Amino acid sequence: METLRTETRETKSPALSTNETYWKRLAKDLIRNKYIYIMLLPVVIYYLVFHYGPMYGVQIAFKNYNTTEGIWASPWIGFNHFVEFFNSFYFWRLIKNTFLINFYELIFAFPAPIILALLLNEIRKMWFKRVVQTISYLPHFISIVVVVGMLVDFTTIDGLINAILVSFGFEPISFFQQADWFRTVYIGSGIWQGIGWGSIIYLAAMANINPALYEAAKIDGAGRFKQVLHITIPGIAPIIIILLILQMGSMLSVGFEKIILMYNPMTYETADVISTYVYRKGILEASFSFSAAVGLFNAVINFTLLILANRISRRVSETSLW
Amino acid sequence: MKLVYGKGNSTMKMKQRLGEKTFDFVNTLFMLTLILVTLYPFLYVLFASVSDPGLLAKNRGILFAPVGFSLRAYELVLNNAMIIIGYANTLFYVIVGTAINIFLTSLGAYALSRRNVMLKKPIMMMLVFTMFFSGGLVPTYLLINDLGMMDTRWALIIPSAMSVWNLIIMRTSFQGIPESLEEAAKLDGANDFTILFRIILPLSLPVLAVMVLFYGVGHWNSYFNAMIYLRDRDLFPLQLILREILITNSTDNFITGVAGGDRYPIGETVKYATIIVATLPILFLYPFLQKYFVKGFMIGSIKE
Repeated sequence: METLRTETRETKSPALSTNETYWKRLAKDLIRNKYIYIMLLPVVIYYLVFHYGPMYGVQIAFKNYNTTEGIWASPWIGFNHFVEFFNSFYFWRLIKNTFLINFYELIFAFPAPIILALLLNEIRKMWFKRVVQTISYLPHFISIVVVVGMLVDFTTIDGLINAILVSFGFEPISFFQQADWFRTVYIGSGIWQGIGWGSIIYLAAMANINPALYEAAKIDGAGRFKQVLHITIPGIAPIIIILLILQMGSMLSVGFEKIILMYNPMTYETADVISTYVYRKGILEASFSFSAAVGLFNAVINFTLLILANRISRRVSETSLW
Repeated sequence: MKLVYGKGNSTMKMKQRLGEKTFDFVNTLFMLTLILVTLYPFLYVLFASVSDPGLLAKNRGILFAPVGFSLRAYELVLNNAMIIIGYANTLFYVIVGTAINIFLTSLGAYALSRRNVMLKKPIMMMLVFTMFFSGGLVPTYLLINDLGMMDTRWALIIPSAMSVWNLIIMRTSFQGIPESLEEAAKLDGANDFTILFRIILPLSLPVLAVMVLFYGVGHWNSYFNAMIYLRDRDLFPLQLILREILITNSTDNFITGVAGGDRYPIGETVKYATIIVATLPILFLYPFLQKYFVKGFMIGSIKE
């Protein structure tokens, strides 16, 4: 190992021969670590085919794809599909819906697990804390089909939720038929399903906070509220920022799996987002090139937002993904 | 410490203590509410599923116990051909899919946890990039079509053969195993495959349990790929059947033999019974695996 390292340093200096020696070293490495590379082979092939393959295929966004000619031979048409999308009746509605769902998620669903974790951290009886945790993780493991199925059933006009509303003197509401209610139901059920699971990562971060900090604060006369404010929250701030960056990076993407199960033409007005539109156009109506263009537009914006959020965070808080 | 607080402070301290007591009380109340809100939907479904269909139809609203008692819905569900086929298919997808997931993820995690592998960094970057950027739904769909996987079981297994996130969790766990163990094996002439399967994996049972849980539950719960890639109903996983029953609301194929007037109420209890039947395996396994996944999650979050 030691010899290898000095060798690297030496070969770096003569500028002309670096290229050649790199390949020589690589050849040596391939032989020395042959079993490692054999292990990596299926992994690399899988990612090339199933992840980089579609990235190659996304060129149909700039083409007029037809199945007989295939991806490569279909004629180029430039940005026509993008222009068509930007000018379409649905464009602003899709952008607005996608953005608003994310925005409400950021405001309501993102802080929920943090608050739960902070409250759980204040429970002194360990057995009670464990019971609450175990139960709150459970909905994460229930399939989205079952969750939406229960929602559909509970929110029918004579269902459980309306029975509760009526018993408190409210009018029954047909949640799934009203566009106004879509976001509330979507985000509310998301919190129900994800709050417990989302809190794990914050609880893990809290467990890593040095207990001496709390001791010192107690001696200084800080009550529990002040300890939370000045020790616990700063202690989990880096992980909050990391997750916030990731959230920002998906500002223009919403998982379609749940929306497809939840929406119907009556609620499209608020429920239809970019990814569900891609699904309908691409898979159901088979306009492959057009929907690939919409999908690519979405992916590029997301990637840009992620890089931007990461850069801002690195500057402001010195925490970043890379 | 007592000396630090003078007499004047004692009322303040009492106030503080009272404030904390109130907080603890409210906090406990909140947690109890959380438990109730989380568990009640499942209890409701359970109660409704064993209720008498006719009585339940007249009695919709909050349930604290089953109304009447009938296992008729379970009888219909468990004798329904589509449910049985769906269950069998799902078991196949979960078992074969998870086995492939674990195999490939271990290979990748081990190889990328070694030191002195020159291509480690570029390969890792290549994998991580796919977490943030993808070709999208339609190009993937066309790829599966071009590969001839459309309407085959492989469409649900091969395209989701591994996840970078899980690979990172596993790699972090492998990196925590002391190197001296493998050094000794290497001196005895063991190659990397032997080290992985004979030394590393047997020492990594907790993280393996987590991987089985994450991948297995993922396969059990997924419906979207099946919905777009499969046409043949004999290949449908359970979730797709559930979607028909719960969301597109077709309980027709259950109640063909049921007399006219009873059809609606039985259709309702059939839904609840289906939810229970489809969720039971996870509810059963969950408490046993629970202690592992928190650990696994933490392993992953340290390095992240």
